[in-house]
Amino acid sequence: MIPGFRNERPRTELPAASRRDVLRGGLLAGAGLLIGFTLPARGPAPAVAATAAAGDAVMPNAFVRIAPDNTVTVLIKHLEMGQGVTTGLTTILAEELDADWAQMRAEHAPVDTAKYANLLFGIQGTGGSTAVANSWEQLRKAGASARAMLVAAAAERWKVPASEITVSKGVVSHAASNRSARFGELAEAAAKQTPPTDLKLKDQGAFTLIGQRLPRLDSVAKTTGRAQFGMDVALPDALVAVVARPTRFGATVASFDATAAKAVPGVVDVVAIPQGVAVLAKGMWAATRGREALTVRWDESKAETRSSDAILAEYRKLAATPGAVADKAGDAAAALAGAAKVLTAEFDFPYLAHAPMEPLNCTVKLAPDGMEIWTGCQFQTVDQANAARVAGLKPEQVRIHTLYAGGSFGRRATTNSDFIVEAVAIAKATGGKAPVKLIWTREDDVRGGYYRPMYHHALSAGLDAAGNLVGWRHRIVGQSILTGTPFEAMMVKDGVDATSVEGANNLPYAIPNRSVELHTVKSPVPVLWWRSVGSTHTAFAVETFLDELAHAAGKDPVAFRRAMLAGEPRHRAVLDLVAEKAGWGTPLPQGRARGVALHESFHSFVAQVAEVSLDKDGRVRVDRVVCAVDCGVPVNPDVIRAQMEGGIGFGLGAIMAEQVTLTEGRVDQSNFHDYTPLRIDRMPTVEVHIVPSTAAPTGVGEPGVPPVGPAVANAVFALTGRRVRALPFAKELSV
Amino acid sequence: MSVTFELNGRNVSLDVDPDMPLLWAIRESAGLTGTKFGCGAALCGACTVHVDGEPTRSCSVPVGAVAGQRVTTVEGLETGGNKAAKAVQAAWQALDVVQCGYCQSGQIMSATALLSAKPRPTDADIDEAMSGNLCRCATYVRIRAAIHDAARRMEA
Repeated sequence: MIPGFRNERPRTELPAASRRDVLRGGLLAGAGLLIGFTLPARGPAPAVAATAAAGDAVMPNAFVRIAPDNTVTVLIKHLEMGQGVTTGLTTILAEELDADWAQMRAEHAPVDTAKYANLLFGIQGTGGSTAVANSWEQLRKAGASARAMLVAAAAERWKVPASEITVSKGVVSHAASNRSARFGELAEAAAKQTPPTDLKLKDQGAFTLIGQRLPRLDSVAKTTGRAQFGMDVALPDALVAVVARPTRFGATVASFDATAAKAVPGVVDVVAIPQGVAVLAKGMWAATRGREALTVRWDESKAETRSSDAILAEYRKLAATPGAVADKAGDAAAALAGAAKVLTAEFDFPYLAHAPMEPLNCTVKLAPDGMEIWTGCQFQTVDQANAARVAGLKPEQVRIHTLYAGGSFGRRATTNSDFIVEAVAIAKATGGKAPVKLIWTREDDVRGGYYRPMYHHALSAGLDAAGNLVGWRHRIVGQSILTGTPFEAMMVKDGVDATSVEGANNLPYAIPNRSVELHTVKSPVPVLWWRSVGSTHTAFAVETFLDELAHAAGKDPVAFRRAMLAGEPRHRAVLDLVAEKAGWGTPLPQGRARGVALHESFHSFVAQVAEVSLDKDGRVRVDRVVCAVDCGVPVNPDVIRAQMEGGIGFGLGAIMAEQVTLTEGRVDQSNFHDYTPLRIDRMPTVEVHIVPSTAAPTGVGEPGVPPVGPAVANAVFALTGRRVRALPFAKELSV
Repeated sequence: MSVTFELNGRNVSLDVDPDMPLLWAIRESAGLTGTKFGCGAALCGACTVHVDGEPTRSCSVPVGAVAGQRVTTVEGLETGGNKAAKAVQAAWQALDVVQCGYCQSGQIMSATALLSAKPRPTDADIDEAMSGNLCRCATYVRIRAAIHDAARRMEA
């Protein structure tokens, strides 16, 4: 899930380089060379890589390995961080291979950009809800190619025409001669076949795995404690490192005194690195106690010293002036001047922390001629290059082992590979004497920056006498996520960072006169994409303001939107579906109210209706959320449902009570007592309805998040008459 | 110094500072990594283990405090003969509760303790027993459903 590339629609044709990769891979010399973790289907789960047990497994191509024991392992080029990508990508390949689901396994692919690039990014990396979208055709072809090679091997062995051979549930058969073989029996011979150049993919009507409820490949390992996360890597003699970082963003180390820290039993070394001062110890307990004993003086001459309230006040002033143009149609100023009724609204959005449950960590083993890294790696190509640069090595000398990530929500996809580079810097500063396992505490995480930026929005809109929306001006103020990063050239155009305005400058609604403008401000506070990126704030501002306009026009909020969606059938279909399933317009029990919101992100379309009430203590309670989603072909319907449920809970926690604030530049929050994601007692019931579709599949990791905030806010208005425009709700309401 | 206690049915003596949190003794000294570090302050529940059957946040209990006691981690559930644990793991797998999975050891330990004490929990019981376990993926809909499912499995 995560970074928000406003990429082009997924390509239907593979680039030439990728097409080649679907071709022959040949015998794998020593299966143990492929490192990763095997994620077994149902059944006993080995704790570590089962590659050795795979024996003479062969690879018909870069994405699949077939072992004599009949297991089929798909190499997953994307990071499994909970979004179900291992299950999803394995399903796609297994479908065209005609495999049996029980024989399927998956493991993270090594870093190899030529083979494993995200076809929408051009680098190996996960984000923007692109994993299934960019892999769809690639993995179908990889599966079909491997299947054809198995068939060719059987034809050769049995001396029968390939056209008479069928494949079903992992068994290759020739009915006329009553012969059959399992994949494992044919794998070695298949790998020697020439890969076909003319691949025929299945008609969608012939799918037997895609569209079915298949068990997740990682459920057993993750319910028995056997799943291996970066945090679980334990190399012999490794030292645990924690880092003292400045309390104000942009500060640097002036001097430090390690005497007391080094006196703590178990502390082995204290070293300065560009990010702060690292304490290395035999274990986490000693490392954190060592850090507590450390004295550091910081140079704060370039640090952020403002409070978030003061920063926001500056944003508000800027919003009164025109900004860089992000979208323009007709003449918004004239339309507003001539409107029968004009509404205005201003919104404040706080910094947000990703706070994945697994605190950031990275293990590094540095040698003069190479380096190994173990972590939940999301941006393999970028991380490899950044790690190599800091270590003084070539990228190809850096081997990254990608492990399960205990969540990310964007946090692991930093363009400077921040926590990985930090671990490498520590390994380098200690001369590679021992492997280094860097661990961030939760406090380090909440106070460590790389937040969803703080934003201020100012909107004005005009209705004509008939209540039609004729003019729209939307100004956004906030930091740019991508300016100053390697993504700037691709994603920042004419002063407009696409991630600041996505969801605002591509409205589906037919509004004749529009002006969407952006003010980009600078601060040393590091900012980053956060699950659904720009849509985390644009959807809230747009969809709650539309609700206000509908009420001002005396129109039903669903009908008001629907009338402006004549040219957008997929938006309209999810809106209609959610209205039907939620019983929109039917009476609710006393004390309950509904709100609706609709948003497209990452080429998936989601509409949600929230029902809210006040509990006995007068706190806002979200009782039920009904969700309709169109993400093209539903590859794994149950994973889609899970991502909608989780996205709703993630988004709901944020709008209710999450915020990072600064007082004189210092972060006020530190742990889960004051940075407060949703807990189970506030989770609504969720009903997910998936639109049947034959369109190319798009992502689901992020698109469930944006609509829930505005749907709830609109329901709160319907219930209480109050418009909440400064997030989180907890600032103004009892939640 | 060493601390002796029962870990997943076996007596262990760990050569550690008794003030070290039980979490780090389990993870680093005993080498069992199913129990997770999430907050270090008993706020998220990822480190939940059972101490003499009671759900306990191992990040906030000194290892010295469990000397002579019976500690069970997620790795000990399958062999522990705990009926509730078996039902919980089966329900979690049948409903595909997990996403990133990092918090799920703790969720399962809390759910097992709940069902051991209350074989037919209500939604309010679940809220009370499980609100200390954060899940950033917000798998809460399925956690609730899986606990009810596990309760049915225990009756069967």
